[in-house]
Amino acid sequence: MKPVLALLVAVVALAPFASSSQYLVNIAMLTAFSAFIGQGWNISGGFGGLTSFGHAVFFGVGAYTVAILQTRWGINPWLGLPAAFVLGGLVGAGIGFLSFRAGLRGSYFALVTLAFAEVFRVLSNSSDLTHGGLGINVKLQLGAANFQFADRRASYAVVLVLLAGATAIAAWLKRSRFGARLVAVRENEDAAQALGVGLVRTKTAALALSGALTALGGVVYTQTYLYIDPSIAFGVERSVEMLLVVMIGGAGTVWGPILGAIALHLIADVSRTWIDTPGFAPMLYGVVLLAIIAALPGGIAGLKGRLGRA
Amino acid sequence: MLEAPLLAVRALTAGYGPFQVLHGIDLDVAAGEIVAVLGANGVGKTTLNRTLSGVTRARAGSIRFDGQDITRAGHDAIVAAGLIQVPEGRKIFPNLSVRDNLLLGAWLRGRPERTRSLERVLAIFPRLRERLSQSAGSMSGGEQQMLAIGRGLMAQPRLLILDEPSLGLSPLLTEELFALITSLHAEGLSILLVEQNVVQSLAVAGRAYVIEHGRVALSGAAADLADDPRLKAAYLGI
Repeated sequence: MKPVLALLVAVVALAPFASSSQYLVNIAMLTAFSAFIGQGWNISGGFGGLTSFGHAVFFGVGAYTVAILQTRWGINPWLGLPAAFVLGGLVGAGIGFLSFRAGLRGSYFALVTLAFAEVFRVLSNSSDLTHGGLGINVKLQLGAANFQFADRRASYAVVLVLLAGATAIAAWLKRSRFGARLVAVRENEDAAQALGVGLVRTKTAALALSGALTALGGVVYTQTYLYIDPSIAFGVERSVEMLLVVMIGGAGTVWGPILGAIALHLIADVSRTWIDTPGFAPMLYGVVLLAIIAALPGGIAGLKGRLGRA
Repeated sequence: MLEAPLLAVRALTAGYGPFQVLHGIDLDVAAGEIVAVLGANGVGKTTLNRTLSGVTRARAGSIRFDGQDITRAGHDAIVAAGLIQVPEGRKIFPNLSVRDNLLLGAWLRGRPERTRSLERVLAIFPRLRERLSQSAGSMSGGEQQMLAIGRGLMAQPRLLILDEPSLGLSPLLTEELFALITSLHAEGLSILLVEQNVVQSLAVAGRAYVIEHGRVALSGAAADLADDPRLKAAYLGI
């Protein structure tokens, strides 16, 4: 079962490279991108149960990091990847330490993350460093050395590599001691403490790792679209996208974000061919999310277990 | 007791915010002993437990474990030292399998030690072996309590604190539980038994402390305490 599934995933993932259809490559790129930032969310939100409504804060930090580094100081955008990784991790550690030391959990933590994302949006809207509400345009200088690709397939390849890395981290969480501690905290904080798991330390580390990965998504975004502004970077839509793919696919599972991203983009695309009214897709997402929560609490990845038990 | 006790608590005070719960507790557990801590609801038994395991910080006094001062140690360091708590109310991980619950008990240890501990725990609790891949929340209350104790044993305790293990168990299962405590003790494990169930606790313990309003009201050999009229007075608060 598993090797067949892996082969299928590989074929589907690599098919766009053989195609000259820009449309297909675009869809694949967007899907892999959602899956990647979803996997970032999944590390803390899925494995650790730290539901966040404001993960755009990490995405935005990454997007602005690479934009500012190259437009202000002429630093090569490839170096934006490690820089964003570090900054995203620091922001995650900061938000995590403050919230978890204060004992915030569940919906309180979710609301605090939402507030942090809003604060970052307001700050970037008024700061000179981020060019305020005008946003930052990155000069078009095509070339692999500049992390700008004329062929969308190259961007897709970069996202695939990142997605593979993030999925490997999720798989490592399944088997590692850190992952075990994280799951223990998610399942029962009192019992985890009785086993000697440091709550603040474990949760903060998870949010830092998640933030670092999600920030890489921001770098790829900036380098693909060459423009970033406060609401693209820190808007709630991005946070919802990450949360959605994980909830639909299966929180706390290795393959959930990928399955969820495929499902979400299929729905979005098919619905667009029927009804092309702006705002219809988000509405449909809402309906799908409700249906998933009601009928399939484990997401698509949880379907196997349910069928097995029935 | 001439040699230093395994656990030595001196003048321990603790509380939450403006509320002081423990007003100076002195308590010893020697290696290889079962010591019972008795008392009615709300006298501070659970706070004592939380303070010993480092979840709640002590305000004053000292806790020494195995000669080491752990008064200000974090709960992870305390678990690593071998003072393991089985929390009250069977705090298991309901959505995880029995196997994962047990393995989480030993996450501090290396893989070979974990496997060895797992085999040992399954030898003690054969019923858990039948249910290894079942989700823990689907088991009966008694089985969940066995799992919680098994998970505590996975951490290779030098002193195991059992917080109200008989809470909510049927009389038959309670019998079984106390028999289990006796047999763990017979294998050399030191146990601090925090209980409301006076009669059965005194039957298995060597010594006991009766806590009242955050202070030790009575202490001594379990056999003597069982006949002491003051026990009933202290326990019922009359």
